[in-house]
Amino acid sequence: MLLGPSLALSAVLFGIGVIGVLVRRNAIVIFMCVELMLNAVNLSFVALSQYHGVGGRVMVFFVMTVAAAEAAVGLAIMIAVFRHLESVDLKNINLLHG
Amino acid sequence: MTVVQIVFYVFAVAAVIGAIMCITQRNPIASAFWLVSVLMSLAGVFVLLQAQFIGVMQVLVYAGAIMVLFLFVIMLLDLGGKTSDRRGAPSWVLAVVVGGAITVSMAQLADYTPDQLAHEISGSTELNADVVLLEGQRLQEAIEARGVVGAIAEPLFGFYLIPFQITGLLLLTAVVGAVVLAKRRI
Repeated sequence: MLLGPSLALSAVLFGIGVIGVLVRRNAIVIFMCVELMLNAVNLSFVALSQYHGVGGRVMVFFVMTVAAAEAAVGLAIMIAVFRHLESVDLKNINLLHG
Repeated sequence: MTVVQIVFYVFAVAAVIGAIMCITQRNPIASAFWLVSVLMSLAGVFVLLQAQFIGVMQVLVYAGAIMVLFLFVIMLLDLGGKTSDRRGAPSWVLAVVVGGAITVSMAQLADYTPDQLAHEISGSTELNADVVLLEGQRLQEAIEARGVVGAIAEPLFGFYLIPFQITGLLLLTAVVGAVVLAKRRI
């Protein structure tokens, strides 16, 4: 049920997430766009699990766990960066810039 | 068009509008709230796809826990959105080309049907979905026998036990790492 439309919605949300990562410079907004992409993938897992078995739904839990771990560590890194640079703008994070 | 389809398209349009607003808002707090609306719409879509438990988890874990963490950090760092953080026109062009290419190439799945999935799995065009996609029917039977939670819990603590334990280890590592990184002096 609703397999094709769900996959299309997943594709559109993933594309919007990619655009968001490429056009924003605020690191926290970029994290939010990555969460958007993870959610788009979750949607296609759930849509296909209706026909492909319970594995897709179990995988959604693993993706959620990894997203939570990523958010916790990533935001801790952002706090550490903010303490050094007083900003989380990516144009100020250029230590490796030649 | 059935009621389920109409409700699906309402949620889908809400999710896409929310996602577009999320990436275009200047203020990070506004972005976070638009992302919450996207996650809520997706929870509704999950319920329509008969994954009620995952829909509940989406609201509790994503819209509840993870987004509150984001909002706390945005407010803690006082990122009020005083200056725009959007890149210039060349980045927009690149982003729209890359994102548009990904979207267009994957959105061709819009008329994908279970029969096509069955053909791709079995490699023959004669077998239809009812014959090939037995796992999906087994999932429906498990939901009827053990309920939506039990149908996921049984494989999670059985066949997927080792990956489940590994995610536990990952969470422990992430907690320790977050504390170490955010602490000023250890």
